[in-house]
Amino acid sequence: MMDKYSRLHKIGIYVSIALFLLFMLLPFVEMFVASLRPITHLFSRPPLEVGETLSFMDFMSRFWSDKMSFQAYRDMWVTVPQLPRYIFNSVFLATAVTGISLCFVIPAAYAYARFNFRGKSLSLTLFLAVNMFSGAVLLIPLYKLLRSYGLLNTYWAMIIPGVAFLIPTGIWLLKSFLEKIPYELEEAAFVDGASRLYTLRKVILPLAVPGIVVVGVAIFIGAYAQQFLFALTFNQNRDYMPLPAGIFEFIGYQSVLWNEMMAASLVGILPVLLIFLFMQKHLIAGLTSGAVKE
Amino acid sequence: MKQFIQKFKPKTKSQTTTLFAWALITPAALVMFWIVVWPLYETFRLSFTNSNLGTLMSGADYIGWENYEKLLGGRKFPEIVTRTFYWMFLSVGLKMILGLIGAALLASNIRARGVIRALVMPPWIVPIAIGCFGWLWMYNGHFGILSNFAEMAGITDGPFSFLAYRQSAFYSAVVTDVWIGTPMVTLFFLAAMQGVPKDLYEAAYVDGASRWYRFRRITLPQIMPTIVSMALLSAIWTFNSFEIIWILTEGGPRGATTTLIIDTFKTAIFSYKFGAGATRAVLVVLILGVFSVIYLSVLGRISKKYSYSRVQK
Repeated sequence: MMDKYSRLHKIGIYVSIALFLLFMLLPFVEMFVASLRPITHLFSRPPLEVGETLSFMDFMSRFWSDKMSFQAYRDMWVTVPQLPRYIFNSVFLATAVTGISLCFVIPAAYAYARFNFRGKSLSLTLFLAVNMFSGAVLLIPLYKLLRSYGLLNTYWAMIIPGVAFLIPTGIWLLKSFLEKIPYELEEAAFVDGASRLYTLRKVILPLAVPGIVVVGVAIFIGAYAQQFLFALTFNQNRDYMPLPAGIFEFIGYQSVLWNEMMAASLVGILPVLLIFLFMQKHLIAGLTSGAVKE
Repeated sequence: MKQFIQKFKPKTKSQTTTLFAWALITPAALVMFWIVVWPLYETFRLSFTNSNLGTLMSGADYIGWENYEKLLGGRKFPEIVTRTFYWMFLSVGLKMILGLIGAALLASNIRARGVIRALVMPPWIVPIAIGCFGWLWMYNGHFGILSNFAEMAGITDGPFSFLAYRQSAFYSAVVTDVWIGTPMVTLFFLAAMQGVPKDLYEAAYVDGASRWYRFRRITLPQIMPTIVSMALLSAIWTFNSFEIIWILTEGGPRGATTTLIIDTFKTAIFSYKFGAGATRAVLVVLILGVFSVIYLSVLGRISKKYSYSRVQK
């Protein structure tokens, strides 16, 4: 009864949702359309007389042309021969960051989920406070730090800061997953004489796999997204550049190859988009579990 | 046996538990110390030096408060701070409003909710830099869709380069920032709304409360904790937002989109004035810290009052 809407109401809701989605998705649609259009068409404007305004058909011609093709998706590999390398770098960096982060996140999250100990809430607060600092604030000392280890212009220059800035969120997310695993299982193992580490490895970890996967995916997406700043500052070597930094090569001295740039961008977001599509239900549930409970 | 189990229960605060727990946390804590805490201290120390590219080898000299005096006494600094706060309040406000609207829409009894919810997410999932490339194209004056649309609709007279003028560049950057930040806010608000007990709505419905009244008197107060925390998180991230502005305008035109973070980056990384850049970084941390404390204490008081009056009614 309560959830019934009048017809007018229903139309209002769907129209609003459509507008909301339009805002969220228009850039992607426009990127895709631009990637399909030949560059000459992209840079053509209908000749207008003085005082004449752009007609609706002229406007629509910005979306549609008879010469639309996937040519840009072929040409982009020629324009920027390093492109496969950039995509590989992006995926590799995000994977490495995820793997390394999890090694630190899992034990810490377990400790926060399971034990009451001295300094628990203080240390947890301090971890979360890291979210207050953007990487940009710490760039100078990080630059010097990485330089002194000789790590500038290597993969590590992008992996190490990436790991550090994702650990706190990872701990927070995984903690709420682990809290849902019943204590009784651990008790049983403990009563049977298992050590704490053994219990963690053989009892908790297998049960926590779904949670770890979701947190891993969240970290992966974060790591994939945050590469730009660290790549911009800590890496000059084109062999190690991730995609967001590499795409700048489509911006030439004379003109920008917009269609190829958009094509490369879309191909570049495919990895995260695919992972998200497969995982979205679990991912959304996992990310927002903290929002529901008080 | 029972006592034994009792002892294992996590409620105990034995010494071994503390030791074990800390052993598990230490690796993560060490990374934080290495990559966040120590650099933070270094930033603080550098802000009192004249460190720059030339002093990398020889070591920088301590110059006391000179960097701070120069920065705070400068004409540009108040302007940049004001702009940063304006940027933050505007963007966070829009994100909260859009997030609430989006969440309310998604929480209503509609078809294909799962699909629509997934369709809202891409701006958040996709690397910020790549989303910004899309906006860069849309804002293009001659060939971008927005300029063409405005021209067709008669809003502008001829092509309009959104990123070329001070005002329009600033608001364009805000729109892009809102676009990136809204999905996450929407998602968290939606989750919070779905966690509100159904019987509250039913009771109000039976009493004849309108939909708007139910939203105002039940939904909003119930999800207030989520709103409060999301607003703070958003504010911190928006204050620190770097990539969006950098890719769209690099802080221009003529400094119109230079926020504190952009200024920090420009000074430190592009002009190699590490000391002066560190001063700005320290101020970013200070301002954010003070802001968070004030925000939490003020809102903590308000929301306590709010929930109290709710109980009384």
